[in-house]
Amino acid sequence: MTDASMPTSSDAKPRTPLTTVDARTKKRKAAEARFRMYGIAGIATGIFFLIVLLASIVASGTGAFQQTFINVPVYLDPAKLDKNGNRNPAELAKVSTFGYTPLIQEALLTQVQNNGIETPLEKRGDMKAMISASAAAQVRDVVLGDPDMIGETVEFRILASSRVDGYLKDRVKREDVARDKNIDAEHLDLVDALVPLGIVQKTFNIDFITGADASESRAEAAGIGVSMIGSFFMMLVVLVLALPIGVAASIYLEEFAPKNRLTDLIEVNIANLAAVPSIVFGILGLAVFIQFMHLPQSAPLVGGMVLTLMTLPTIIISTRASLKAVPPSIRDAALGVGASKMQSVFHHVLPLAAPGILTGTIIGLAQALGETAPLLLIGMVGFIASNAPDSIASGLLDPNSAMPAQIYEWAKRADPAFYERAWGGIIILLLFLITMNTIAVILRRRFERRW
Amino acid sequence: MNDMRVLERDVDANATKIAARGVQVYYGDTHAIKDVNVDIQDKTVTAFIGPSGCGKSTFLRCLNRMNDTIDVCRVQGDIHIDGEDIYDKRVDPVQLRAKVGMVFQKPNPFPKSIYDNVAYGPKIHGLAKNKADLDDIVERALRRGAIWDEVKDRLQAPGTGLSGGQQQRLCIARAVATEPEVLLMDEPCSALDPIATAQVEELIDELRQNYSVVIVTHSMQQAARVSQKTAFFHLGNLVEYGETGTIFTNPEDPRTESYITGRIG
Repeated sequence: MTDASMPTSSDAKPRTPLTTVDARTKKRKAAEARFRMYGIAGIATGIFFLIVLLASIVASGTGAFQQTFINVPVYLDPAKLDKNGNRNPAELAKVSTFGYTPLIQEALLTQVQNNGIETPLEKRGDMKAMISASAAAQVRDVVLGDPDMIGETVEFRILASSRVDGYLKDRVKREDVARDKNIDAEHLDLVDALVPLGIVQKTFNIDFITGADASESRAEAAGIGVSMIGSFFMMLVVLVLALPIGVAASIYLEEFAPKNRLTDLIEVNIANLAAVPSIVFGILGLAVFIQFMHLPQSAPLVGGMVLTLMTLPTIIISTRASLKAVPPSIRDAALGVGASKMQSVFHHVLPLAAPGILTGTIIGLAQALGETAPLLLIGMVGFIASNAPDSIASGLLDPNSAMPAQIYEWAKRADPAFYERAWGGIIILLLFLITMNTIAVILRRRFERRW
Repeated sequence: MNDMRVLERDVDANATKIAARGVQVYYGDTHAIKDVNVDIQDKTVTAFIGPSGCGKSTFLRCLNRMNDTIDVCRVQGDIHIDGEDIYDKRVDPVQLRAKVGMVFQKPNPFPKSIYDNVAYGPKIHGLAKNKADLDDIVERALRRGAIWDEVKDRLQAPGTGLSGGQQQRLCIARAVATEPEVLLMDEPCSALDPIATAQVEELIDELRQNYSVVIVTHSMQQAARVSQKTAFFHLGNLVEYGETGTIFTNPEDPRTESYITGRIG
């Protein structure tokens, strides 16, 4: 410095020692601390609500995975079931479930009396409230499958009624029973007496996971299995249609298409499509696939096509993003050694973008799996009461339901037992979604390359 | 190498490999290259020097039609390689690029094994009849890239795992594997340290025996060290083109003199 006219030391700012913090620094530090607090508070709120949500789902839904059964030896009376005594299957089939109901009720009453349980319920008909309406059908199916059983006493494990089941799961309270015409306090006393004997038993309920839906009056027999198959077929359709179309479209748009107004317009439209409410896709599917193309209603094929429309923008956007993320130097390198555009894309760019594409596809599939609204519009809420494999005989074209639609259906019904099953269905749906997202994360970690 | 006695460097009187006449390049409305005429000789290292944005890389990319990949770029004028117009409608740029190899500024090996990096070009051009043939080509290319001794024991290791200088030599090996006649290098040493730079420069000098090498560089010392011919670009014009020795010691144009003495640029 050669400048001689420097300010004199008297004008200079007094030197503050580094060990004392000045007011400005304090203020900045306080602002930073406040910002961190906001962040932590935000995350804590999020975690709190997540825990509340998961806890309430688990608390309300676990009941669906358990079911109350009654173990009872049923005497298959030939006088009732096979009046002519010739074991002719055609004649046996004429006996409807009404023929079986008294046998089962009789069997339970006998059990009660043999065990010396004191109860005012002394008539056969009093047992009706204990037993599920589907029990007769269960026994009938077994008998029709093996007519030689008639005349013997066979041990059956039949479903208890939803009220008995609810009582053992604390859903049905004694004080509520007074107003309930389906069950009386005496029945609950009887249940209390039968539980220690092992006649009434609450066990794990595989039928909820594998079974079909049941009518309003038989909540205890309803399962989510068949709609799971419906969801599976739809996902298959979505995967087969959306992945190739989406990836091909994004490769064309990203690597080959000229950049002009038309492609800009297409790009904006794809981005907007991703934000279109799913119910709009539902009404589009209804108009195009069902009313115009006359494809069957309630079919997983149509559901899958609607969900494909909905998933395509997601897949295209994520695929384009991962294609963009591949450094242009790789394309230059390939072109530089004389690869054609197509070779450079398929040999070099696509393999590098594959993890991102897969992740996007799985996230898109997971989104489609949980989608309800468009399915309601195309009637993917078919009531399928027959179990697999009957219900999946012609797969893609048979009416079916889907998991989220089934959950919605159950949540609508009156019996609280269905409400419990709706929560149980949500647990299964969430398990699927978590699994798919985990696979997406693993794939990304596993195949991600750094360069 | 690395001697600065540029005047004594002998230049063979070689045939013209690339002849450019009246080349104009436009990026949209920008006129990037203005009426460039140049004859690039065979078995010679030609350096393009000039300040940033003067169009030297753009012109280099015209020579193997890499500019075709940029939508807004238009090229006018004639560029002939061995008397053939490379901008003829019937010329497939893909075929041209096998003949005119290119090495880029940033080492850009494919995220594959060293072997696959080099073998890729010969494979897609069908240069190898069988596996043994391909092995030979890969070995020859890696030897020419002066990297064989360093990688011969780990040909299956990823090319991206090499050091920067090794990666760039791998890229040179990859470029020579397709048996090109011209090798274009776009600032091949700008991402490398001085030692790696020296190795690559030495390699460029060896490559001169087989190829016509065109190198774009920001470093005037590098141009002086490796090239026999130098072209000075400024604002899209080819200002001066001649023997490297002449350009660096006795330039005709005042702009060239200003640039090499550090007054503009």
